[in-house]
Amino acid sequence: MNTVLTNEEQVIFNLRSVYESYGYNRFKMSKFEEYDLYARNKDFLISDSVITFNDANGKLLALKPDVTLSIIKNSEDAKGIKKVYYNENVYRVAKGTHSFKEIMQVGLECIGDIDGYCIAEVLLLAAKSLKSISEASVLDISHLGIVADIIDREAISADVKSKLVKCIGEKNEHDIIKLCEEAGIGDDCSAALCTLCNTYGAPKSVLAKLKSMSAVINPFMLSELEAVCLALENEGLGDMLHIDFSVVSDINYYNGIAFKGFVESVPDAVLSGGQYDRLMQKMGRKSGAIGFAVYIDLLQRLEVADKKYDVDTLLIYNEGCDIAKLLEAVATLGKEGSVSAQKQIPDKFTYRRLIKFDEVTEIENA
Amino acid sequence: MKMLNVALPKGRLGEKVYAMFEKAGFECHSIKENNRKLIFENEAVGVRYFWVKPSDVAIYVERGAADIGVAGKDILLEYEPDVYELFDLDIGKCRMAVAAKKDFRDNPNHTLRVATKFSNIAQSYYASKGRDIDIIHLNGSIEIAPILDLSDVIVDIVETGTTLKENDLEVFETIVPISARLIANKSAFKFKGDIIEKIVGSMAAQTEVSK
Repeated sequence: MNTVLTNEEQVIFNLRSVYESYGYNRFKMSKFEEYDLYARNKDFLISDSVITFNDANGKLLALKPDVTLSIIKNSEDAKGIKKVYYNENVYRVAKGTHSFKEIMQVGLECIGDIDGYCIAEVLLLAAKSLKSISEASVLDISHLGIVADIIDREAISADVKSKLVKCIGEKNEHDIIKLCEEAGIGDDCSAALCTLCNTYGAPKSVLAKLKSMSAVINPFMLSELEAVCLALENEGLGDMLHIDFSVVSDINYYNGIAFKGFVESVPDAVLSGGQYDRLMQKMGRKSGAIGFAVYIDLLQRLEVADKKYDVDTLLIYNEGCDIAKLLEAVATLGKEGSVSAQKQIPDKFTYRRLIKFDEVTEIENA
Repeated sequence: MKMLNVALPKGRLGEKVYAMFEKAGFECHSIKENNRKLIFENEAVGVRYFWVKPSDVAIYVERGAADIGVAGKDILLEYEPDVYELFDLDIGKCRMAVAAKKDFRDNPNHTLRVATKFSNIAQSYYASKGRDIDIIHLNGSIEIAPILDLSDVIVDIVETGTTLKENDLEVFETIVPISARLIANKSAFKFKGDIIEKIVGSMAAQTEVSK
């Protein structure tokens, strides 16, 4: 393993080779995008603050807060499936702060006539991405259609609907019951939503429970969910797979399968994705799409123990010494680790060993 | 054994909550010692407790320093942390309310001046009613704002209403009932789910008995 690479750099390297091996091509893009694209799709963005500036010709541009919108903008409805991956920085306001952050993202998008295979392939790549980050990882899979289908049967306001979806995302059964009572929602719907809240875990047991609720759960969507779970189990990834309806995304943009990936010791989801046919429609496309992003900045938490020293060897030389010999000594000592040649010990500098250049030449002469 | 990190809110509510954890089998006797320590652990049962300011519990849990914690619904509504809200403990009950001087009459022609510690809750409540408001964010002694004509109304937590009464104020509307909630970090729930579920189960049984 190359120790010069940080944990994040190694992960990016691994992910890119996994995506390339499945026929995904790198999509390289500019850091800037016309602001208008974000103004039209503001709700799709994780944070609605965008860094804007005027181009030399007066056009309002933005530093990209998102990659997916740019990829859709540059895609056309065409034959076949467009498979791309990216490795880009995005600029967003960090939650709970009023300052922008540069966030490194690696992700992929699969755009076109999305079928069961495409969904399974993207989920497989999401699972492989998590495995390449940590063995202790979990991929939560949900089906937004199942949740929306239950809620849409009730004649309730958009506000109550979004509150119910939020509660499912929080596994907040007690507030679902209260909300349903207040909004006059039937017991069947209330019970079904509570079941979606408290039913999670290994696909086998969850699917068995969901199948027993055939009166309220759309069988077509359930079989779609089952098919992808079976495909991933077949790939030997069953252990890391959970069905969990707390994975909720904005149903105005997303539909169908949605998923999030977690690794132990990182407090937030490191991977997030789903099917976003509705966003495609909003942007005037007929085809469907599915994709995900890996939040590389979160992986700093996984960094193996910090380096104990700034440098392995601190080589102290006197002014006027033989420069050629000094360079030679640095190269020789460099074979055993990092070397810093200095005239004196720098402030707050840590090193594993200190060698004086005179001593090196003495040793060599001896 | 994986340790479960629990953030408890300092104060009476936290003591009540700890008693529930103890009954659930997660005792840590050192927590009852009279000292200024903030972190207590019992390796034998795999639990580590820490006392934090009640309004900070959600931050500790969302950021993963604590796997679970207990926070008031007011804090959850105000800061909207990305956490699981697993159980309503049905303790620490109060309500978020709009209060004003007894002779207050709302004039819809004027922007309503609202003094509060809970800007987000006040903002969304009045937005849902389509009322134009001017938020005055205060950090304490909210009750004096209408008396000194700093604001028309206040949005604050009301428990017994005694403070309001003593300051000649009264409740005009209830925004939402408040109680303590057991919250969990989403990632921690994936890897320590069994133990967290055990705690939720015991809390549910204890709450049922006390009803």
